Amino acid sequence: MIHILKIVAQRIALGLLTLLVISLFITFGVELLPGDLAESILGQSATPETVRVFRAELGLDKPAHLRYLDWLAGMATGDMGVSLANKREISELVGIRLANTLFLGGFAAAIAVPLALLLGILAALYRNSFYDRAVNVFTLTSISFPEFFVAYILILFFAIKFGWFPGISNVSTELALGDKLYRTLLPAATLTLVVVAHMMRMTRAAIINLLASPYIEMARLKGIRPTRIILRHALPNALAPIVNVIALNLAYLVVGVVIVEVVFVYPGLGQLLVDSVSKRDVPVVQACSMIFASVYILLNLSADVISIITNPRLLHPR
Amino acid sequence: MKEELISGKITRREFAQRLIALGIIGSSAGTLLTWADKAHAAKRGGRLRAGIAHGSTTDTLDPATYENGYMSKINYAIQNHLGEVDHTGNMFPELAESWDPQNGAKTWVFNLRRGVEFHNGKTLDSDDVIASFQHHMGETKSPAKSLLKQVSSIRKDGKYKVVFELTGGNADFPFVASDYHIAIKASKDGKINPTDGIGTGAYVLKEMEMGVRFFGTRNPNYFKPDRGWFNELEMLSIVDPTARSNALTTGEVDVIDRVDLKTAHLLARKSGIKVEETTGTKHYTFPMRTDTPPFDDNNVRMALKHAVNRDEIVEKVLFGHGVVGNDHPIAPSNPFHAATLPQRTYDPDKARFYAKKAGGSIKVQLSAADAAFPGAVDAAVLYKEHAAVAGIDIEVIREPSDGYWSNVWMKKPWGACYWGGRPTEDWMFSTAYMGGASWNDTFWKHDRFDKLLIQARAETDQNKRREMYYEMQQIVRDEGGVVVPMFANYVFGTTDKIEHGTLAGNWDLDGDKFHERWWYS
Amino acid sequence: MPMSNLFKEFLSAPLTAKFGMLVIFGYAVISIFAPLIAPYGETEILGGAYELWGDKYLLGTDNLGRDMLSRLIYGARNTIGIALLITVLAFLLGSITGMIAATVGGWTDQILGRIVDVLMSIPSLIFALLVLSIFGTAMPYLISVIAILDSTRVFRLARATAMNVAVMDFVEVARLRGERLGWITVKEILPNITAPLLAEFGLRFCFVFLFISALSFLGLGIQPPTADWGSMVRDNSTLITYDDITPLLPAGAIALLTVAVNFVVDWMLHKSSGLKDVS
Repeated sequence: MIHILKIVAQRIALGLLTLLVISLFITFGVELLPGDLAESILGQSATPETVRVFRAELGLDKPAHLRYLDWLAGMATGDMGVSLANKREISELVGIRLANTLFLGGFAAAIAVPLALLLGILAALYRNSFYDRAVNVFTLTSISFPEFFVAYILILFFAIKFGWFPGISNVSTELALGDKLYRTLLPAATLTLVVVAHMMRMTRAAIINLLASPYIEMARLKGIRPTRIILRHALPNALAPIVNVIALNLAYLVVGVVIVEVVFVYPGLGQLLVDSVSKRDVPVVQACSMIFASVYILLNLSADVISIITNPRLLHPR
Repeated sequence: MKEELISGKITRREFAQRLIALGIIGSSAGTLLTWADKAHAAKRGGRLRAGIAHGSTTDTLDPATYENGYMSKINYAIQNHLGEVDHTGNMFPELAESWDPQNGAKTWVFNLRRGVEFHNGKTLDSDDVIASFQHHMGETKSPAKSLLKQVSSIRKDGKYKVVFELTGGNADFPFVASDYHIAIKASKDGKINPTDGIGTGAYVLKEMEMGVRFFGTRNPNYFKPDRGWFNELEMLSIVDPTARSNALTTGEVDVIDRVDLKTAHLLARKSGIKVEETTGTKHYTFPMRTDTPPFDDNNVRMALKHAVNRDEIVEKVLFGHGVVGNDHPIAPSNPFHAATLPQRTYDPDKARFYAKKAGGSIKVQLSAADAAFPGAVDAAVLYKEHAAVAGIDIEVIREPSDGYWSNVWMKKPWGACYWGGRPTEDWMFSTAYMGGASWNDTFWKHDRFDKLLIQARAETDQNKRREMYYEMQQIVRDEGGVVVPMFANYVFGTTDKIEHGTLAGNWDLDGDKFHERWWYS
Repeated sequence: MPMSNLFKEFLSAPLTAKFGMLVIFGYAVISIFAPLIAPYGETEILGGAYELWGDKYLLGTDNLGRDMLSRLIYGARNTIGIALLITVLAFLLGSITGMIAATVGGWTDQILGRIVDVLMSIPSLIFALLVLSIFGTAMPYLISVIAILDSTRVFRLARATAMNVAVMDFVEVARLRGERLGWITVKEILPNITAPLLAEFGLRFCFVFLFISALSFLGLGIQPPTADWGSMVRDNSTLITYDDITPLLPAGAIALLTVAVNFVVDWMLHKSSGLKDVS
């Protein structure tokens, strides 16, 4: 156990370093993009004079590295700063949207992860059966469609034809949980369709990969039921790749959903990040990227820890 | 003169301009022509929910930063301007009661409407107007700054009179003074608070989440008795075109702007939904840098102007929701549009002829992105195929939409661009075609053109003015650096419960004033 | 493997795998002989926008009046070629570094792992936007950006599975024998992690199509007028909400290929697992 704690501590320390590298990368990446906030907001109607005044007003006339250091100093004390574009506190701006993003991601994960594991285990158990084929064809087809397309199809049936659900998911904070779930069911279903195939197929593949191992063969010879073999003997050892793929998809549900947000008009963090990048609102971009990066690092770390715990040889290295 | 108006010999706009020119326009004439003819059986009540194609989390309420259609619609909901453009394209007093040009249109006196109240209870006076203008002058980021350069001084003459001194005569100054950026806001100690969201408009701002939602309630003290019919106004930012039309068909909103043109006819077929359109001054262009080879050679420009099939572009990019352009920026709805100027047509032989004059084969790159205008990349691809028939080789470069205006427009030798257009010829030409103008995206300089532009601006004889503008349109068409394939309509959808008078075409959704002009049946 | 053996393999495959291989073969033929098969040119503008299905244009025309069928056929060539190249690159890069990280461990593992963390934690659309806007959208950049992004996902998987193998006795033995790193990874580790990697390959391949279509949201991606399936879905997607199935054609083309590739992958998976119960 101490070994694991050491790994976790080490990884968290390294995670902070990673965050620092990401913040550098993002800041100077956005800095390298053509134009800045002043030019983007003035757009087609920018003139050199008005851009100069706007820049001075925003503090963009200071060199990029000084602005970065200011931001870093603020971050160290927990102050995310204010949005350049509209001077709002970033913590407040990001807070509402982060809550929305986590809500939708959590909702989708709550459906998708158990569903994927169940479908995957069943597919491994009844491999090459009609069920196996059907589930594979269905999930594969659903991920071959771009997510906006999946969303449009769901909207076509469930919002336009049957009228069961709203066509857009504009939510506000005062909405009751039930209403919120109702209004976000279509986007959550879209995300589920997008991620389920990947996790389900990995579960199936990882289990099948182990079924020919000597110890499974032995269990089979002892006459243990196939369900028990898979759940008790195969699954724990197949967890490493499965957990990694689940982590990837959970991260995707938080970080990669901007297109679903746009299609369903759902005010999440992805939309904020895209708007801020396109307008070069650097502090907001930094704040959003830090949040996304932390999510990734924590999920990857958890996946690695679970991989180690499930493999005694890794847990007790020689 | 009034007889001429009635008999249709002159347009309403010319009528008004002659009044302006004669300096006799007054409150009675203003009222006569603006709100009076819209006395329909409108009804009060209801909540209007609109799905708007723009909106960004980086928007602000500061009038100097309005950069998209979402903020423009909020602007017109909560604030008013000195004048307003009506459905005929005329400029009429709004917060001003009348205006009066003196001294060869070099001095303009604006008489303000009395008893107009801001949402915070303050009464409108000259100080508010001056402070609102000053927000866009001097050290400012406002895009209206270059417009107001012609103003040498503003002073107040009593509580309800503001006097503008211009550096040169401008018969169209009321249009400039009513630019959408210059919202009149309540002042305190000679300054406005640009982001307080307080104006004189038909709706009072209640809730605002940038890039997501606007919510306002009817202003009970609105100074226009026959405007602002809805009790509540909600505007959602719905950027995705499919999501927008879905929101309308599923009843989540009552109005959407920018209907996806590909499917507009399908949307119109749905029961309970109307699709309507207005033709205005919005046009899409392909500006060439005339200071960069090979576009510095007019033969190359003429070859390219003859190498595009405008009809096919209007048919396949606008799906018929627009009209062909004639390689100049003046719209058919502009008062001095040169209708007699022959329409330029697709003529591969002529294109080949000019290409030969230019020294043989033409091989150019055309940069486009859908940020320039929706369908710009498709239009460029069509252009390429049309030009190929004339032996001209166009390579279409799709540029990233992100950063298009700072990275491609006015940087690459040939690109795509859109113009919302301007209500007056002078404004349009001085903005983008006068030598050295900051948005002269063709980097074009033509001495005769520039001379005519200055002359026409101060000219008060409408016939002479018309002649000059006609000649200028011809010069741009035959020597300028711009290809104008089309004027695009504003296409929007509403539920059939919405009613309105004659629609204005100066902006989308009835001049962006749908919220104060429309009502529920 | 001689030709006859290959054929025997094919015959012994289950029905689904046969179907998959036939589809892949069909796509390959279409891609290679696109100019011969397509009734019209890839960029030729023939008629009005959205003409209906008929004798002249089997699947109608697109919004610019180009023949839909011809665009689909050329799209196969462009899209599959690029997707295959990107996926192969991503797997080479991702699995090699992943296995090295797992076998060597220590600081090599930490450094590679953290680099991947950095790349992965930037949302991929934003990352692509940054890189492509700065370097330009030419094809080589597009291919390398997507390949690098994809390889991070492969790395995570390869490392996780290889870790399990690297601590096995036979790897220990090989190490003690003093085998070189290359030998250990290729001979001892790779054969034992092919299954999950294969499963991943089948999906990654199809994700590339989708990523290209997502890029076209930002005006990045393959340059017009080149036909590619991802952009074809995107360009026509609005029609689906009006019951018009035009966008289903390119989407269906992607789906069919995805299903086919994964059926073949399943079969290979089964064979490599050593299970004998092939139906």
